[in-house]
Amino acid sequence: MKFPVPHDVKAKTIPGTEGWERMYPYQYQFVTDDPVRNQYEKETFWFYDGLHYPEPLYPFDTIWDEAWFLALSQYNNRIFMVPPVRGVDHRMINGYVYISPVPVKNPEEIGSRVPHFMERAGHYYKNWDALEAKWKVKMEATIRELEALEIPRLADMEDISVVTDALGESKGYHLLKNYDDLINLGIKCWQYHFEFLNLGYAAYVFFLDFVQKLFPSIPAQRVTQMISGIDVIMYQPDEELKKLARRAIELGVDQAVCFSQEWTDVEAGLKKLPKGVEWLTSLNLSREPWFQVSTGTGWFHHDRCWNDQMNVPLSGIQTYIGKIRQGVNIERPTEKVRAERDRITAEYRGLIEKEEDRKQFDELLGCAKTVFPYVENHLFYVEHWFHSVFWNKMREVAVILKEHGVIHDVEDVWLLRRDEIKQALWDVVTAWATGVTPRGTQTWPKEIVWRKDVMQKFKEWSAPPAIGTAPEVIQEPFTIVLWGVTNKSLADWASVQEVKDPDSITELKGFAGSPGIIEGKARVCRTVSEVGQLQEGEILVAPTTSPSWAPAFAKIGACITDVGGVMSHAAIVCREYGMPAVVGTGHATKIIKTGMMLRVDGSTGAVTIAR
Amino acid sequence: MESMNPMVCWFEECNKDSIDLVGGKCASLGELINAGVRVPPGFAVTTHGYARFMREAGIQSEVNGLLKGLDHQDMERLEEASRIIREMIESRPISTEMEDLIAESYRKLSVRCCVPAVPVAVRSSATAEDLPGASFAGQQDTYLWIRGVDSVMHHVRRCISSLYTGRAIAYRMKMGFDHDQVAISVGIQKMANSFTAGVMFTIHPGNGDRSVIVIDSNFGFGESVVSGEVTPDHFVVNKVTLDILERTISQKEICYTVDTKTQTSQAMEVPFERQKVQSIIDDEVTELAWMGKQIEKHYGRPMDIEWAVDKDLPAGGNIFILQARPETVWSTKQQESGAKAGGSAMDYILSSLLTGKKVS
Repeated sequence: MKFPVPHDVKAKTIPGTEGWERMYPYQYQFVTDDPVRNQYEKETFWFYDGLHYPEPLYPFDTIWDEAWFLALSQYNNRIFMVPPVRGVDHRMINGYVYISPVPVKNPEEIGSRVPHFMERAGHYYKNWDALEAKWKVKMEATIRELEALEIPRLADMEDISVVTDALGESKGYHLLKNYDDLINLGIKCWQYHFEFLNLGYAAYVFFLDFVQKLFPSIPAQRVTQMISGIDVIMYQPDEELKKLARRAIELGVDQAVCFSQEWTDVEAGLKKLPKGVEWLTSLNLSREPWFQVSTGTGWFHHDRCWNDQMNVPLSGIQTYIGKIRQGVNIERPTEKVRAERDRITAEYRGLIEKEEDRKQFDELLGCAKTVFPYVENHLFYVEHWFHSVFWNKMREVAVILKEHGVIHDVEDVWLLRRDEIKQALWDVVTAWATGVTPRGTQTWPKEIVWRKDVMQKFKEWSAPPAIGTAPEVIQEPFTIVLWGVTNKSLADWASVQEVKDPDSITELKGFAGSPGIIEGKARVCRTVSEVGQLQEGEILVAPTTSPSWAPAFAKIGACITDVGGVMSHAAIVCREYGMPAVVGTGHATKIIKTGMMLRVDGSTGAVTIAR
Repeated sequence: MESMNPMVCWFEECNKDSIDLVGGKCASLGELINAGVRVPPGFAVTTHGYARFMREAGIQSEVNGLLKGLDHQDMERLEEASRIIREMIESRPISTEMEDLIAESYRKLSVRCCVPAVPVAVRSSATAEDLPGASFAGQQDTYLWIRGVDSVMHHVRRCISSLYTGRAIAYRMKMGFDHDQVAISVGIQKMANSFTAGVMFTIHPGNGDRSVIVIDSNFGFGESVVSGEVTPDHFVVNKVTLDILERTISQKEICYTVDTKTQTSQAMEVPFERQKVQSIIDDEVTELAWMGKQIEKHYGRPMDIEWAVDKDLPAGGNIFILQARPETVWSTKQQESGAKAGGSAMDYILSSLLTGKKVS
């Protein structure tokens, strides 16, 4: 399979973006002035990480890419000593991230890593539950530390306590230090993120692999169904909305809650009612931490959480109140889901012929079931809860930069790299201390205007799915399971490049996320704020979904996403609701328009557009 | 059953242990019915009925005389004897008692099907046809779209006489089987007036995957699918969940329908606008797969099944199983093993990591 040479792709600079490289870390560039590195880059297979980055990265948001670049790689290569795999290397073109697993090539070295891997990974697998319990404690402590972190404002005169307590430190110093602490907490959180994830995915991917060897036609979604948790905390935010809907009816304030789509109006109305105040108390209990759930994947600064966009959960609560009033059961059918999971597992097991295979099945299933709750639950802790708090702490930093004239708008801060922000803070703090104007007031605003234009141009660019030279074998478990890099997906990617006219496409292929076939009208929702427009029975077409989209699923007939695999949120929720889902189509939101008639086949992963 | 030695019996009164009485085909249909599978209804003229006919009409003793001293390699004289015997069978009167029994059963069958003089398939069902190496090379005649008592009676005789083709006689002589030891039964079964028909395997014939059911279908009778004359529509169904995993709709240029004048099935061209239309609806695919799963469960092994969707009957009761036999290709092979030495999850993960996934 032939893919474009990375350096050729990069060389075709989009006019007006010349110099964009300075927006990102220098090691992310494909290079031509270093023959050894250049050769390595050409011989390597790079694929676009569309799973995480449907859009180009803002300079600041690159922080999480760097964080997982480090964390995933170190756990594979330096901590667990996964025998044939080092880390995953990263590059960037026009703001889009390309990644590549790095193999251990020398067979002797692979062999020498084996005993270490068995000892180290074995320790985690053996003590999984106890270690995971420790993880939760560490993670929650990290989030509390983050929440407590103060981003101090710079006062014209420092508080008298600096003197009376003989503190010996200024707010300026605290600002610099706490910014560093903020960044370090973020990086630390991602250290924890991968503590269990590599091994968790390995157990999952090889269970999948084993079952597919026995049953070549088994859909991956069925394997996932066998090991998926029922009491996954990802469902909790949605459960809270249902609880609040029931509570509103109990207290007789449901009408007040449904009074308006604007949260501020509803809140004002409720405050006037004694029972309304009682309901607001229940609401506040739910908000921490469950409303920290992001309305996106949590990976980007623009993924605001429910707490920041109270209209979103409000609309969910109102939907559930409506359902309860109509007498519709809004409970998750957990018993049914559990029974179906057990039935499917038992039936497949019954179709295995050999005793040794049944034993291996039981072993791998047991292991996968042990690790899988982490694979699902870490998302809430890291990508949602931690990130939501983190983005808002960063906004506090941005407020200070704005106060000192270095940026004009709080949301401009994302156009700076995190080390540039540190430099700008030094500029601000020294100027504040000295009583002069920061130099950045003249340089950054201009640069930000230019960068905004660059970002706009990047968004219009279409990133090729794969570049470089395809390998013969991939051993890195994430590459296989998360990005679904297989022979077939490579071929699909190669063919996507050839599509010229999006208006002529009548069929899209994705992963079979949840079985069933349905025909209906499309509703394209690019963000969760648009789900209010959904009509009963429509087919939701979204870039991706997250727990905050949950109420939308009570209305729709099927779901299609651009990004995600069989374990993505949309696939899992649709399986619970028993409605079809096709996930990871790549371009559904670009090709499908609201109102189009679609046929969604969630068993085969095909979407047909009636034109 | 009316007595221990009935001359006629309904399929539902038979099971897999009834081969001596009603032959392999009818016994297998009875077995299916008793397993709860929907099979077009019918009855069998039993081997007792056959023996009684041969005895009462005085045929058996004449047959033995005619065949005495013949050489199994002397086909000319064998064929001559065969002609005389078959003429005898097809012309001698059947006892009134037996005629009444067959006619009464046929009438009851018509009532059951709510069709006056219901069209039936009349086919021979040999007692030893499924035994390895013991094929009697009888023509195993099948006559389709037979209507009316007289015609049924006539074709029952023709099926019986098929036991005495020259080749069948020669074969028995060569193998040392006694002619009066062989017996035949004749099945009379409602014709499935198939809108769509085909075959179904409860195992993937391509890769031996036991977790799927594979269905091939075309309009009309199943002949076009069985014979491979068309590329049929193809479905792969998940056996565990009954989801349709794969669906390939082909261009089906011909199908078989009945020519009521000649009472035979005939190939006809599928109208162009229907050639690429799915020949069986999804709900039927699912129901069929469910039936396949029950049949497999009953027999305890992967099965090869012929089926039809009857156009005379309303949805929900219109899918019929015509035949089911054990699948022989994959069932005899071992499922590909996935287990790794050691057997623990860690052993498997390590060994898989070392192998990796081939991508090209």
